[in-house]
Amino acid sequence: MSARGLAGLRRAWSGRALVVAVPLLWLGLFFALPFLVVAKISLSELAIAMPPYLPLAEWADGALSIVLNFGNYLFLLSDGLYVAAYLESLKIAAISTLFTLLIGYPMAYVIAMARPDRRNLLLMLVVLPFWTSFLLRVYAWIGFLKSNGIINNALMALGLTDAPLQLIQTDIAVYIGITYTYLPFMILPLYANLSRLDRSHLEAAADLGARPLTTFLTVTLPQSAGGIVAGCMLVFIPAVGEFVIPALLGGPDTLMIGRVLWDEFFSNRDWPVASAVAVVMLLVLIGPILLLRRAQAREES
Amino acid sequence: MTELSTATTPAVPPWADPEAQPFLRLDGVSKSFGGFEAVRGVTLDIYRGELFCLLGGSGCGKSTLLRMLAGFETPSAGRVLIDGEDQAGRAPHDRPTNMMFQSYALFPHMSVEKNIAYGLKRDGLPRAEIAARVADILALVQMTPFARRKPDQLSGGQRQRVALARALVKRPKLLLLDEPLGALDRKLREETQFELKKIQAEVGITFVVVTHDQEEAMTLSSRIGVMNAGEIVQVGTPHEIYEQPHSRFVANFIGSVNCIEGRVTGREGGHLRIACPDLGAEVTVESGFEAGAGEKVALALRPEKIAMGRTARPGFENMVTGRVEEVAYMGNLTIFQLRTDGGARLRVTQSNTTRTDADVPRIGENVQLQWTGAAGFVLGA
Repeated sequence: MSARGLAGLRRAWSGRALVVAVPLLWLGLFFALPFLVVAKISLSELAIAMPPYLPLAEWADGALSIVLNFGNYLFLLSDGLYVAAYLESLKIAAISTLFTLLIGYPMAYVIAMARPDRRNLLLMLVVLPFWTSFLLRVYAWIGFLKSNGIINNALMALGLTDAPLQLIQTDIAVYIGITYTYLPFMILPLYANLSRLDRSHLEAAADLGARPLTTFLTVTLPQSAGGIVAGCMLVFIPAVGEFVIPALLGGPDTLMIGRVLWDEFFSNRDWPVASAVAVVMLLVLIGPILLLRRAQAREES
Repeated sequence: MTELSTATTPAVPPWADPEAQPFLRLDGVSKSFGGFEAVRGVTLDIYRGELFCLLGGSGCGKSTLLRMLAGFETPSAGRVLIDGEDQAGRAPHDRPTNMMFQSYALFPHMSVEKNIAYGLKRDGLPRAEIAARVADILALVQMTPFARRKPDQLSGGQRQRVALARALVKRPKLLLLDEPLGALDRKLREETQFELKKIQAEVGITFVVVTHDQEEAMTLSSRIGVMNAGEIVQVGTPHEIYEQPHSRFVANFIGSVNCIEGRVTGREGGHLRIACPDLGAEVTVESGFEAGAGEKVALALRPEKIAMGRTARPGFENMVTGRVEEVAYMGNLTIFQLRTDGGARLRVTQSNTTRTDADVPRIGENVQLQWTGAAGFVLGA
């Protein structure tokens, strides 16, 4: 290779490195570093001090002593509360994700099939709720779901029920809250996928003898698999760690890991256990994320 | 421009036989979108085993007409009958037609064989029969080695074959092809034209092909329907369309033509005499065109039917003198632009029968242009 070619290659390399370096630096500063701090705290011991844990490494009398305390993790396993909270979080997130998919898919489909000049308007309507505060929107649901709220008043006025139904502070309220809040995250990737669907494929299926439902199941649905996976991950992953919605809409027995984390950190001031809870949550979520990546890689190949 | 004659052509073609029953009948079919009439009152009979081309420019309504046959569009007026059955109210999945799409519309998530089997599966055929028919059709289009590939792993020509196989495998009564060769490059298109004709003869299915390519229509068809502004302006064999066009539109759309304005001066038996001031001559043309003396008509002459030479030769009824203005060498033939003494501009083509160009008239040279009475045809004003 000529010297000039080599220099050109080196220049191209440094350009590429720069492009990669920026997001890498970002992730390093705001994800990897904080995560290491949390991981470090999770391995230390609780203490009545400022900060409320003992340092990992100590230098005393010319000896360096490093104490790694795995007790916090063992504690998570031994106390059934934490395992139950993890499972409950996964369950609530999974069911809510299913609901967003069932509601979001038809919406995305209708938007994608709408006349091009109407699509932007419909998409804006999907995103419109984001213009108000997330907290306000969840509060608004309290107004709907509480005992003398809009839903119960309507049901009683129609004579469908004599006494108000217990809607608020139940798991159902949490499902409703998560489904409502995360619906756009399901609709947008599905819309992006479905709007790329070639209509001539649908015509070809019909021409070859497929009824509309068969066309949907054999042509539309398989081709939108990538959008379904992306949408489900975008809803499922943040839903597992959701704190605000179960805190506001859920009952005292709605045990989601986000609330446990909050309680450990702010009520018990047990930073090491709280950190361990956070680290385990991340590990639990890595599974679905890897699954998503595999699905994307398969779609690309 | 070539017209292939197939060996199986019967002595009397069905369209010339008054006893023959049409296989596909379009009866006053129209389609409007909003206020725009895309197809206007098309009445057309197509017979069993034909390879019929709908030929026209973009926006002439040919694709809309095809989509009405497939059931993707509903006629605003008129009837579509296939094998005697009215297709009104029948959805695409319920029709005895299959379509080969211009974009091919192959399902990207299915392999070649799954794409082809798709239609058979919808019919609920037994698995063994599906496999056998898929294998047969793959062999017919010579795609057997590619059965397990996905469409994006195929070349354009291979995809075209798969699309054809997928539409053919259901053995439809009518196969509709929307610009079947439009996405192929020129060389491949020429080869595929002959192959498509061969396959059609082999399977014996009636084909209706939509194309904007006049050469493709000439090569493929048993008959051509030329469309303009939503109407069928002429139906005929490639030969009839080329040699006996009914209108200036058809004459100009297929091949090129010299149109020379004139007035009828009289009739002598089968010949019409026309005075053409632009040619500075009175010409004789064999024609059954009904026109009285003094009526304005046009003489239409294809460029290859004019003989050109430095000196006049015997055996031609008509002769004018012209000056060569432009010469374009095309390899197989040479195109000359000439101006006659009367001021008419004529286009003449000559086959290059030898490799030398010593005899070829040069720009600025005066030449004799001659043609017989049977060379031209008469068009109304």
